[in-house]
Amino acid sequence: MKAQTADESASFERPAARSSTVLRSVIAFIGSDRRFIVGGLLLILYILIALTGPSISPHDLNAPDLDVRLGAPTATHWLGTDRIGRDVLTRIIAGSQVSLEVAAGAVLMALMIGAPLGAVGSYVGGKIDALVQRVMEGIMAFPSLVLALALVALAGPSVVILWFAIAFSSVPRYARLVRSGVLTQKEREYVLAAQAMGQSPLRILFKQILPNIMAPIAVQLTLDFARAISVEAALSYLGLGLSVPYISWGTMIRDAQDFLEVAPWLAIFPGLALAGVILAFTLVGDALRDRMDPRMRRSLSRRMI
Amino acid sequence: MRLRYIAMRLVQLIPMVLVVTMVVFFVMMIVPGDPVMVMLGAVDGAQVSREVYDAMRIHLGLDQPLIVQYLHWLANLLHGDLGTSITHRTAALEVIVQRLVPTMYLMVGGLIIAVIIAVPAGVLAAIHNNTKWDHLATAFVVAGISVPTFWLALVAVLIFAVYLGWLPAIGYTRPQDDFVDFLKHIALPMSVVALNIAATVLRFQRQDFLEQMQQDYVRTARAKGLSERLVQWKHVLRNSLITTFTVVGLQMAYLSGLITIVESVFNYPGIGYLLLNSIRTRDFIVVQGVVLFMVFLVIVVNLIVDILYTVLDPRIRYS
Repeated sequence: MKAQTADESASFERPAARSSTVLRSVIAFIGSDRRFIVGGLLLILYILIALTGPSISPHDLNAPDLDVRLGAPTATHWLGTDRIGRDVLTRIIAGSQVSLEVAAGAVLMALMIGAPLGAVGSYVGGKIDALVQRVMEGIMAFPSLVLALALVALAGPSVVILWFAIAFSSVPRYARLVRSGVLTQKEREYVLAAQAMGQSPLRILFKQILPNIMAPIAVQLTLDFARAISVEAALSYLGLGLSVPYISWGTMIRDAQDFLEVAPWLAIFPGLALAGVILAFTLVGDALRDRMDPRMRRSLSRRMI
Repeated sequence: MRLRYIAMRLVQLIPMVLVVTMVVFFVMMIVPGDPVMVMLGAVDGAQVSREVYDAMRIHLGLDQPLIVQYLHWLANLLHGDLGTSITHRTAALEVIVQRLVPTMYLMVGGLIIAVIIAVPAGVLAAIHNNTKWDHLATAFVVAGISVPTFWLALVAVLIFAVYLGWLPAIGYTRPQDDFVDFLKHIALPMSVVALNIAATVLRFQRQDFLEQMQQDYVRTARAKGLSERLVQWKHVLRNSLITTFTVVGLQMAYLSGLITIVESVFNYPGIGYLLLNSIRTRDFIVVQGVVLFMVFLVIVVNLIVDILYTVLDPRIRYS
């Protein structure tokens, strides 16, 4: 406790010292939580694979090789081949792109719809706030997967429809986060000072309040990423995902069902890829949340005593 | 007092029901293409005679203003009229209710098994915090969250139906026809549902138990000289069960999605399977009906959980 106060006063005089303290605490955090290390490394691996894409594989993504139909894993085809002899590993690598792209779009869309709704509601207050809240409560009653299914079924699968269908049920989470964030921050001195200086409400919102409520939003984004990936996979598995030329892990598993007896690897490996990426986001999100939730920290410190 | 609380909760439901019905109604409106053709299930360029088209248009009330259409639709809804299924040629509600019984077996059975596994496991993990058992429980939770349900279901089919041949991979038998066969058919889907829900319940049960152990009443109970076992299994568990109830209530929305996936993998004839089949046959009246039905189930279960609160914790009152 004493050291911290000393650091703060030092940073007050020499701003340079502050950034190194922040950096040190970030490194200490990363080092202190195994979930963060494992999840983070796994995540980096997935992102690298998605960025390089199927071109790193010696096999062609779509070219059939009828000699090795439904082939078991071998030295040439590490994860086997599918019903027309295409390399499973290459297709899994391509699938990582669809998975991450759809999830990233859905998560950002939810944030971009939800955050302004929450901000406007809490800033304006009154009837508009009440209305926004009631609508958000209504949306939260919907089973997210079922609603996404219905939306995609009605509007037909496309990247944008998938973003929207997956984002729709997460919108209330961001609206609520931003709403409660703005409500607690709006009476703080720095906001009142900015108001006194004559800054516009929008400027105050973006420049003053938003940076101060970024932490819980970042946690929510990470956890929602995992959810978005699994919803996309489930939709594809149920036959409502993107069709050719997109390659989705969910679709791969759906196609593999017919060959469960003769070629189980077709279903097993895309599933492992899915579980791995969901695990990575969940671990990182959980580690971040435990770090930021003051309630958890309290119980942690009590346990240490 | 309790009646007043229940009455207030019911009043609170009104705006939510309005929002939910509006979302469903307007989602059907934003569908690209002609809603009449969509409702007739003829979207892929199929020919429809003029009479059928006009009849459907008037039946749907599309010649009236949107707000009138909505109110009309809502009034029908309140009378239990969800419309007529195009493929089944009967009332959509009837089609849904027929499929409800198998789904209820799956949902209720899965929930009961999940709670039976997860509550004691969560308590044990919390009591033996940071031991081998706790780590094992945490690993189970993380796996339960990360592994996609449909994949877990397929792996279960692969192991127990394909390799071991112990259980049938798909299908359903009514319990009144052949109870043993019913159990055989429901064993795999129900286990998948139970494992999935158990992971979440265990997670919250463990965390809440740990937090409850820090409360003052625990110290008081210990100071009174009660045995540790009595404190944990009577005082703490009673309080943390309230959290478990909330979690189960909040899981209802998730459970509907879970059921849809599981029923699809196992060709299990419940409302989730009905939903997917109706999407495939483009029977949108039934799709709409099932979605509404599931949402109302979520709302009703959450209402029941809220009312049960007042029984479990008399301090909760509407304010």
